[in-house]
Amino acid sequence: MTRQYETVIGLEVHIELATRTKIFCGCSTAFGGAPNTHVCPVCAGMPGSLPVLNRQVVEYAMAVGLATDCRISRLCRFDRKNYFYPDNPQNYQISQLYLPICRSGHIDIETPEGIKSIGIHEIHMEEDAGKLTHDDWAGETNVDFNRSGVPLIEVVSEPDMRSADEVIAYLEKLRLIAQYLGASDCKLQEGSMRADVNLSVRPLGSDSLGTRTEMKNLNSFKAITRAVENERARQIEILESGGTVVQETRRWDDNKERSYPMRSKEDAKDYRYFPEPDLPPVEISGEWIEKVKKKQPELRDEKKKRYESQYGLPSYDADILTSDKRLADLFEETLEYCKNPKKVSNWLMVETIRLAREHGIGIDQVDFSPENLGKLITLQETGRINGTVAKEIFAVIFTDDVDPEKYVEEHGLAAVTDEAALRDAVRQAVEANPQSVADYLAGKKKAMGFLVGQTMRSMGGKADPALVNRLVGEALAQKAAAYSSFCR
Amino acid sequence: MAQEISDKMIDELEILAKLDLSGEERERVRKDLGQMLDYIGRMNELDTEGVEPLYHVMPAVNVFREDEETGSSIREEILAGAPEAVDGCFRVPRTVE
Amino acid sequence: MKEILRWPAAELAQKINRREIKAKEAVSAYLEQLYALEPELNSFVTVDEEGAYAQAGRIDELTQSGKNAGPLAGVPVAVKDNLCTRGLRTTCASRMLEDFVPFYEAGAVERLRAAGAIILGKTNMDEFAMGSTSETSAFGPVKNPWDISRVPGGSSGGSCCAVAAAQSLCALGSDTGGSIRQPASYCGVVGLKPTYGTVSRWGLVAYASSLDQIGPIARNVEDCALLLEVISGGDKRDSTCLDRRDVDFGRAFARTSASPQTSPQTSSQASLQACPEDVRGLRIGIVRDYFDEGLDGEVAAAVRRAAQQLRDQGALVEEVDLSLVSYAIPAYYTIACAEASSNLARFDGVKYGYRAGAEKGLHPMYRRTRTEGFGTEVKRRIVLGSFVLSSGYYEAYYEKALRVKAMIVAAFDKAFSRFDLLLGPVAPTTAPLLGQTGDDPLKMYLGDIYTVSVNLAGLPAISLPCGLDSRGLPIGVQLVGPRFGEKTILQAARAYEKACGGFALSPMTERAEKKGGMKV
Repeated sequence: MTRQYETVIGLEVHIELATRTKIFCGCSTAFGGAPNTHVCPVCAGMPGSLPVLNRQVVEYAMAVGLATDCRISRLCRFDRKNYFYPDNPQNYQISQLYLPICRSGHIDIETPEGIKSIGIHEIHMEEDAGKLTHDDWAGETNVDFNRSGVPLIEVVSEPDMRSADEVIAYLEKLRLIAQYLGASDCKLQEGSMRADVNLSVRPLGSDSLGTRTEMKNLNSFKAITRAVENERARQIEILESGGTVVQETRRWDDNKERSYPMRSKEDAKDYRYFPEPDLPPVEISGEWIEKVKKKQPELRDEKKKRYESQYGLPSYDADILTSDKRLADLFEETLEYCKNPKKVSNWLMVETIRLAREHGIGIDQVDFSPENLGKLITLQETGRINGTVAKEIFAVIFTDDVDPEKYVEEHGLAAVTDEAALRDAVRQAVEANPQSVADYLAGKKKAMGFLVGQTMRSMGGKADPALVNRLVGEALAQKAAAYSSFCR
Repeated sequence: MAQEISDKMIDELEILAKLDLSGEERERVRKDLGQMLDYIGRMNELDTEGVEPLYHVMPAVNVFREDEETGSSIREEILAGAPEAVDGCFRVPRTVE
Repeated sequence: MKEILRWPAAELAQKINRREIKAKEAVSAYLEQLYALEPELNSFVTVDEEGAYAQAGRIDELTQSGKNAGPLAGVPVAVKDNLCTRGLRTTCASRMLEDFVPFYEAGAVERLRAAGAIILGKTNMDEFAMGSTSETSAFGPVKNPWDISRVPGGSSGGSCCAVAAAQSLCALGSDTGGSIRQPASYCGVVGLKPTYGTVSRWGLVAYASSLDQIGPIARNVEDCALLLEVISGGDKRDSTCLDRRDVDFGRAFARTSASPQTSPQTSSQASLQACPEDVRGLRIGIVRDYFDEGLDGEVAAAVRRAAQQLRDQGALVEEVDLSLVSYAIPAYYTIACAEASSNLARFDGVKYGYRAGAEKGLHPMYRRTRTEGFGTEVKRRIVLGSFVLSSGYYEAYYEKALRVKAMIVAAFDKAFSRFDLLLGPVAPTTAPLLGQTGDDPLKMYLGDIYTVSVNLAGLPAISLPCGLDSRGLPIGVQLVGPRFGEKTILQAARAYEKACGGFALSPMTERAEKKGGMKV
């Protein structure tokens, strides 16, 4: 390569809002469900049906705008974007072009060079499309409108990012903001957060922008990273060989790790936007903005500080717990059942994250009830189960969300605290292992551990280890006393 | 001045409107559209300087519904009139190659 | 014509509520008339005999048990076929929706049923309400009951024809650029287009969303008011529908309320209740610009006579310049076609309606379906609408039209600062012969010149019969009110109607009885 190139990236991020119902009708937004079961005349585009705007959509969009320092438009309107595609039942999408709800904000990300501000051009509200599944045998496509009309915001950034790392940092930050606001669960796997990448390259030091392409179908952060790097290389190669980059939309194929141009000649390049006549404009007053601001929940940075001051957690713990809204929610909810913040933190930071990794799921998909974790910690704290058993039970809570109290009972996992029974077991262990006793008496203190282990094993692992330790100690002390009197 | 309607424009309109405009129909569209554009183009004689476009004739704003679920599953009714439906889905010719 | 067919809506409902006659008798009398004239008129796309008798049965049960079955108890109503009716085919007179049976109901139809009305069937119209003659229907043209060689007007031609021929007592139509008023004028009946937002558009298959309004069509002003009252009011399913409190239009004409009136009225708004037919002091502006060279002389004369009649009754009638008249049609067609091109995009062969067979790919399927499913006029408007919204033309056409619309609204505002009502013709001529307008769209569009501005400004307006031309064809006069001015309009309309001694039905209604109830 003869020249150095700079990559210029802007993102269009679609975020599905966490409303109960769709943006323009009362159908459920619940994920899954048999095809076309969350559908009515409005979201199926039946003749004579009309849209009515869900107030909560406006408030979530405002909340995200406020959290990203946007200017909230005092007057905003919806527009129709016209194009034919079967996932779009009306063959137009209700969106916002001329007067979007938020403008001119920013998100600050951390880069190796320090804090960098990524501009947000605008945020607008729109409706999601239905789902298409392709039947390879029949050569046909099935259409399901359950997702049609699910509310989205599209967050359009300025072309301020220069690398895949910055893209990921921006997306992480945006995801946390939306999650913390409760505006979205931002699950990439379920498509509730999707990013289109606009990318161009230019010679380092140049002021003008190169021709950009738009990349779609990016379903994971890894795919985004790969697509950014691939597209950068593709464009540089074109320029280096004397060609010109074509402005186009490309579809990323993550399996093949390459992208393909998307448009056919039958795709309208002209969306013929015009103001939606079926929806009156939305006027946003100063008071309304203040009301939404007041309702704004604690965002990550505040929460982190509070965890340190209120719960006395180390900054390390607070950082990890707040790195995902789900984790922070689990933490706070578990504290309602168990008053030991550090213990709760440990279970979440260590075991929960380990199990999530082991099961190959994201933290946002972790789904056990905080009450069960709370109960588990209490069981252990009161000595009803030991640590080993606790870990075993937690693994079951993690997958099946069992009630640990019942589980302990049903599986007879309660620690044996009956001293007589344990004393008996200790006596047997001591008698069966004279060599260990001898070793101990000879000063090999490690031998005691062996005897504790033998006792635990004979109790099926359910003995309270502290108690066993004490009893083995007592038994050995007796032996020692007898031994010394004998020697004398 | 008559508006020229080129073949390229008609091709483009066919794509936008999803219509086949060929043969006689194409010539009629060419004539009608040219005539209509001339006629509605008369608006340009009118000075609208400083006049804001009026989108909604009624001054109503902020018409909302609350975020509450209404209605139940009516899949059978929704699909009843479909030209082709399979497995609870509408069916169309394959959209991707 | 049978006596029962002569009773106005309020009277018929009263007799049914008092059990003097049964709703079933009303239905059977009207169906007999309907079937007798239908072969000549073609005003219906679908007749719902079974549904009508079932509803009549329910009304009769209610009244038998001593309950009031509503202000329209047993009143037969014909519904334009672009209003969705649950379980009853709704075609918009298009091949595209030939077999479409909605499972939901238009808000206006729900209200009709709740008031005890009986839906006789769905009326023929211009395809998707695009036309002024009711000839663009996929189910053949509707004929004018005053002269079956002529058109009934459009697009609500079937509804107006049915009322004029006493095939139904009243009807619902929709008016986007004159589609209630113009056929009402051609057919000699009363048709009202309400203020935008007065009647819910839920279930009205949209042509141009920002202009469409549903309205009543009746034989007389009182029935028109009663029907309007029933169908008006808020609907949470239509964001543009206003929750108006002043919709007691019909009550003002309660049969007992014809008491004489003492104090002269200076302004209209308040006093309908006091005296429904007093126009003394009412300020009426005759729109001078409408009496141009395009207006037929006989029509002009009849409209001026109507103005004189109101003056004689005490109204203050003066001429007024509305201006911008020649820009109304360009602005109207730009906006209406733009919205139509988008509204009609949903008819694509995927979810309902017609799909062309044997097409391999998606886009060829779309194209063939729409090319075969839509008629010429609909395609013409979709093409124009797609063009005026396309990039490079949006500002010059669509946005320009919205500026013109703003100026038209301002011009009306100015006129209504001086006048309570405006008066003018409805259409430049009386009903033309069948088959004469279709080939020259521009000529057809020019026929809407006196009606479209009212839609652009969202105003209420009524069309009233004001005499016949030398060929015996009805002429209409239009009264336009300010926003929410329906009561003033109805007041003046009632006064005029009373002075005329009422409006006549088409001569055909008398002929029908001689022929007897011929079933088709």
